[in-house]
Amino acid sequence: MSFFLSPLAALGAAFLNMLAALGRISIYAFSTLRHVFKRPFYLRELGIAILNVGWLSLPVVGLTAVFTGGALALQIYAGGARFNAEAVVPQIVAIGMVRELGPVLVGLMIAARVTSSIAAEIATMKVTEQIDALVTLSTHPMQYLTVPRVLAGLICVPVLVGIGDVIGILGGYLVATGTLGFNSSTYLINTFDFLEPRDVFSSLAKGAVFGTIATLMGCYYGMNSGRGAQGVGAATKGSVEAAAILILAANFVLTGVFFSL
Amino acid sequence: MITLSQVKKSFGNNHVLQGVDLEIARGKSMVIIGGSGTGKSVALKSVLGLVTPDGGTITVDGQDAATAERDAFLARFGMLFQGGALFDSLPVWQNVAFRLMRGALKRPKEEAREIAIEKLRRVGLKPDVADRLPAELSGGMQKRVGLARAIAAEPEIIFFDEPTTGLDPIMSGVINDLIREIVVEMGATAMTITHDMTSVRAIADNVAMLHDGVIQWTGPVADMDSAGDPYLDQFIHGRADGPIEAVR
Repeated sequence: MSFFLSPLAALGAAFLNMLAALGRISIYAFSTLRHVFKRPFYLRELGIAILNVGWLSLPVVGLTAVFTGGALALQIYAGGARFNAEAVVPQIVAIGMVRELGPVLVGLMIAARVTSSIAAEIATMKVTEQIDALVTLSTHPMQYLTVPRVLAGLICVPVLVGIGDVIGILGGYLVATGTLGFNSSTYLINTFDFLEPRDVFSSLAKGAVFGTIATLMGCYYGMNSGRGAQGVGAATKGSVEAAAILILAANFVLTGVFFSL
Repeated sequence: MITLSQVKKSFGNNHVLQGVDLEIARGKSMVIIGGSGTGKSVALKSVLGLVTPDGGTITVDGQDAATAERDAFLARFGMLFQGGALFDSLPVWQNVAFRLMRGALKRPKEEAREIAIEKLRRVGLKPDVADRLPAELSGGMQKRVGLARAIAAEPEIIFFDEPTTGLDPIMSGVINDLIREIVVEMGATAMTITHDMTSVRAIADNVAMLHDGVIQWTGPVADMDSAGDPYLDQFIHGRADGPIEAVR
């Protein structure tokens, strides 16, 4: 009997662990929100975080978007050709990039680049007692480390998503006009006529949620890292995994919400 | 006066502190000695609230550490961490003046920098160190910067966590002399944890030995050699044979 029950017990334990982790992350998120409104506010730290999360992520976001937009145009052209619908390339590239691929890919790239960096930095600070030093210097780590980074994610990632959407559409445009024989002005007219304001709004809203998730996971896993190099490594890995999964889950939920509007 | 009364702390099945009773008189330098893993750091961090004790009380001048207003309470303390715990991203002078650049003790930037340079000079570092990053300094210099940061806001109480660990004997002597001079000069209450007996003799007014989660012996440093406590005797002479098991 135990032979049959032990896999179920392991599955149950894993599920309970996941619920407990979600609970701890929720408590951390509420604590972060509470500290946003507390003083002092570390403006300089916010500026540095905006530079790291936003400005320095532009190259990776731009390159990801341009290649994805180009590949999307090729795929839609090839797929559309099966039922004589090649002409829909501009519309599908626009809606695909803006409503789905732009926010998700930017979110995942931010999880890879920013979440890992935040988790490793804060975990190293914890291992080397810098977090304890902050406390003894009457500085709350939540206000000094977490709040500026999460606010930077909330502010910068929607902007990055907007830029990623534009560059992704540009990638599709370059491929379509350069190799697939589309007329330049017709392509642009079809793109902008087809997009609606709510498409852009949903894209930017997803960016804000994904940016918050990505930075929050970096801070949470960094603050809760184990000891030594192994602890820093585990925190970094865990933060990226959690951020990626939560971003994809949030994307599903948000897509459902916007779909129903 | 800092008073620890029946302070207990466990991590799972590891009962680190099992009822620590200790008094540190105002203006005196108390050194806590004991083997690795005996809970010296936990006792020190419990006073600062970095570790929450499972039981017992800790008071500072009669004020309960658990219920005191955190910012005002912590403003009375300075701490030198074992590895320095300097903030990598900030230049040396901003590390030293960290407390003077934010919060209740905030000063204008130029004034904070001047104080930082003066404190660096006090610990034997030249002003040109001020604009370097911590990673550009040697271990001994980082300890001195940590010491400068601990004294920058002229605290009433200073904690030193293994101040000479990882330093050569000469640099250890320099740090020990600095600690003693600064504590006497500032009239601060000091609590140091170490297992370096040279440091103990250089820094301490009083010594307490932590073993098996309790204070095994405490008294003036001058009485340490003649105390007759077998645990203390084994520890200060570094003998493998005795009541303290060498393999823990």
